Amino acid sequence: MPMDWIMGLIGGLLIGLSGAVYLLGNGRIMGASGIFGGLLEGGAADLRLERFAFLAALIALPAALFAAGLPVDTHVTGNLPLLVAGGLLVGLGTRIGNGCTSGHGVCGISRLSARGIVSTCCYIGAGVLTVTLMRGVL
Amino acid sequence: MRMLIALLAGGLFGVGLHLSGMTDTQKVLGFLDVFGAWDPTLMFVMGGAIVPMALAWRATGKRRPLTGGQFPPSPARRLDRRLITGGVLFGMGWGLVGLCPGPALASLSYGGTSGLIFLVAMSAGMFLAPAAARLLDRPAPAP
Repeated sequence: MPMDWIMGLIGGLLIGLSGAVYLLGNGRIMGASGIFGGLLEGGAADLRLERFAFLAALIALPAALFAAGLPVDTHVTGNLPLLVAGGLLVGLGTRIGNGCTSGHGVCGISRLSARGIVSTCCYIGAGVLTVTLMRGVL
Repeated sequence: MRMLIALLAGGLFGVGLHLSGMTDTQKVLGFLDVFGAWDPTLMFVMGGAIVPMALAWRATGKRRPLTGGQFPPSPARRLDRRLITGGVLFGMGWGLVGLCPGPALASLSYGGTSGLIFLVAMSAGMFLAPAAARLLDRPAPAP
């Protein structure tokens, strides 16, 4: 377990570094749902290209680590209705609320944004409630 | 230049998510399972991520972004129905599967069919979001 926490801390520092690079370099907030959702919606050509580059590296680097002998088991459920409902809710919620764990969580909390803090309380609260209820049902 | 910075940031984000274990839904669901076998790893990830990010916000001061333009404006203070409803819906989906947008993308290459189905459903939800948000903005019908 303590090993997990150390890896969590190291990984977290890299995630924060990523947000710092994106902010200080391109002047933009590093939020996964904003970058992915923004690309789905279209937008200006240069912004599209920038977002595409971000996502390409976000997908390619973990693939390379996996191939290089650092596998991760995602343990993701095979339950189709659950996957569809979960995906729809995450997509809807992050775009309606304008942010997810990276945008509101990491980037918002670190600048003490009231919206980031409130959003994070909402999604962690709803997540805890859902997991607790699901444990009773399944 | 902006492309290179985006590549660097996306790569760092992917490596961070992968190494931290956040692409493993068991660790994420374990964090949300506070009344069961709680796994605090996610808290360490968040804590670790907030430190460099807080320093970066401090560094924005009077400067400009490296590639020009402007830094994002000070955060809005308005707490509205969209923010709260969106956060709650997102949390429900997060708790059902254990994936949020970052890890869903980062694990695309090794998440199998399940990961792909989640990503497609998430994209569909994002497509529907503007219409759903407009519904939220409608004033309540008169009694």
